Amino acid sequence: MTVMSFLGAIGAAQREAMDADERVIIFGEDVEANVYGTTGAGKTRSDKGDFLQMYGRNRIRNTPISEESMVGAAAGAAMTGLRPIVDLSYSSFLYMAMDQFVNQVAKNRYMFGGQASMPVVFRSAMFYGLNTGAHHSDRPYPMFMNVPGLKIIAPSSPTDAKGLLRSAIDSDDPVLTFEACLLWGTKEDVPEEEFWIPLGEARTAREGTDVTVVAISSSVPEAVAAAEALAASEGVSVEVIDPRTLVPLDRDAILRSVHKTGRLVVAEPAHRTCGAAAEISAHVVEEAFGVLKAPIVRVTAPDMQIPFSTALEKQMYPTRHTIEAAIRRVLDLPASSEASELAAASAQ
Amino acid sequence: METLSNETLLEMQRRMLRIRAFDERASKMVKRGHIPGTVHTSIGQEAQVVGATMALRPGDYTTGNHRSHGHPIGMGSPLGPLMAELVGKATGVCKGKGGSLHLADFAVGSLGESGIVGSSIPIAMGAALSASVRGTEQVALAFFGDGAANQGVLYESMNLSGVWNLPVVFLCENNQYALSTPAHTVTSGVIADRAAGFGMPGIRVEDGQDVLAVYDAVSTAVARARAGEGPSLVEVVTYRYNEHSEGLRLGTDYRPVDEREAWLKKDPIQLFREHLQSTGVSPAELDAMEAEVLAEVDEAVAFTDASPYPDPSVAFDDLYTDTEYAA
Ligand SMILES: Cc1ncc(C[n+]2csc(CCOP(=O)(O)OP(=O)(O)O)c2C)c(N)n1
Ligand SMILES: [Mg+2]
Repeated sequence: MTVMSFLGAIGAAQREAMDADERVIIFGEDVEANVYGTTGAGKTRSDKGDFLQMYGRNRIRNTPISEESMVGAAAGAAMTGLRPIVDLSYSSFLYMAMDQFVNQVAKNRYMFGGQASMPVVFRSAMFYGLNTGAHHSDRPYPMFMNVPGLKIIAPSSPTDAKGLLRSAIDSDDPVLTFEACLLWGTKEDVPEEEFWIPLGEARTAREGTDVTVVAISSSVPEAVAAAEALAASEGVSVEVIDPRTLVPLDRDAILRSVHKTGRLVVAEPAHRTCGAAAEISAHVVEEAFGVLKAPIVRVTAPDMQIPFSTALEKQMYPTRHTIEAAIRRVLDLPASSEASELAAASAQ
Repeated sequence: METLSNETLLEMQRRMLRIRAFDERASKMVKRGHIPGTVHTSIGQEAQVVGATMALRPGDYTTGNHRSHGHPIGMGSPLGPLMAELVGKATGVCKGKGGSLHLADFAVGSLGESGIVGSSIPIAMGAALSASVRGTEQVALAFFGDGAANQGVLYESMNLSGVWNLPVVFLCENNQYALSTPAHTVTSGVIADRAAGFGMPGIRVEDGQDVLAVYDAVSTAVARARAGEGPSLVEVVTYRYNEHSEGLRLGTDYRPVDEREAWLKKDPIQLFREHLQSTGVSPAELDAMEAEVLAEVDEAVAFTDASPYPDPSVAFDDLYTDTEYAA
């Protein structure tokens, strides 16, 4: 084990993959200078230019600011024997290449009757919660969940980031990774040796019996914090499930947990309408309506653009407090611990 | 100009005939309802297609567009699975999942045709990137129309392939119309001239009905790519005889009648037949070739008719390599 940051874990996975398979190449804007900190060799944000020195310009390539042709080139290269990793920096820039993602990357294998395989990874970071304003704060993974043919991961810990990225690079299908910048600095012990976390397997971030919280990306640590707070103040036992992979989604793990607890809260930083939380909620209603003891509650960003000012932005995404409030709702507990203390006092 | 063997010259004529005969049959099959939906034919553009594909060699890659049957045929793809694909049979080259707009035959380097105008251009560039990184001598060629020449992705791709010095040829099939829109009304300047802005050669083949002229220009671009000297843009001026797509009836005369008549007189297959005869090939040999090609198309249709439709469950295969569809 060694302590790694989220960002360092991504860099480590990329380095291992580059070492293991010379078909793996990395291209993107400013990757040569390691501007975003994932094309260096360190355990945290590392020294400049490491990957360029280690692998050379044939395999580490700066691109012009041309997302559409970058994504298309990666698709064409993947169809003909390479395994590219494309660093698209901000998730908000994926829209520039929407045609390539939707019409080429996602469809080619199917449309050509299985002749194509598309082993390519598109990495992008979601810079929400960091005062970047409406053009850089997007969490667009649900839009891509609506496109059959893409696989999607959204890791919430350094270990998951490393293990899932290795599996993504080894996958013969296109994988989009959505990394929350809020998590970049998170550190934990990560196995030093190579390891792979299979796509499509959820992780139980915290075990519990009274209520299930399915949380995505940066909502995972918030959900765990809410669970700890409620355990302390109310003695409730909250289970937190992190799907980690959104496509394919580990629907069984979610259903198993809901069967155990009978209650569900879903928390994610994306918009409410047609979000991952909407899909998860609908699936649970269809498959486990009979075991639900209370209506499902979603905690999401509102269907609103993201404002710049901290005073305005901080209310937009799920926090431990909004998740706690949702858990209280499904458990029919008073809205806050002060309220429940008051209720307890008045009952005496 | 390199001297081509008689065999190569005859093969050019054979491939042009194949495209013509295949597309004429497909056109009839659309009108009779035998092919569902529609098709876009390359009738009239055979010299442009064959001059380009024959300048490539086995192992090279192509991508194309909606006017797409000629590209794999030009690369040597057998006609049966192509025709079966147009009808939606299980034996189709894409198992009935692509249809006319999405033919692909990876066995001959055809990496797929795109129904989205311009969208396959960067795919060819990516294949060229792959060849370059792997250090092979493969070349990739992107076919696209005059209409697609106004998509921004072409210019991103020209720039990026120039910067990376990739072995790719951008081949603009300028049939002078994008559906009903005359190219000159939506195109500022000359398409081939745009290459200069990216520091690459831009060649305009004025007589795109002459298969040898096209072959020559594309061969130059391909040789340059193979030698590691980077991308080129080739614009070929040509003409489609049929409507944009089969069965389409536009209410307006967007193409002057005499314009079409003039191009019919420069028919690429007739012109090349005359050329071959002038070099000593007998009319009887050329007639026999035409009969053979017609028989090939008959066989392709018979193969199609004898083939089953895919089982409906096949619709749920091949989305991913390893993940079953979960209802
Ligand atoms: C992105 C996109 N826009 C519009 C269309 C509709 N459309 C299909 S073919 C076509 C004309 C294309 O003209 P050109 O590129 O010159 O090819 P041609 O049909 O002349 O061979 C149009 C507008 C489309 N398929 N894709
Ligand atoms: Mg045109």
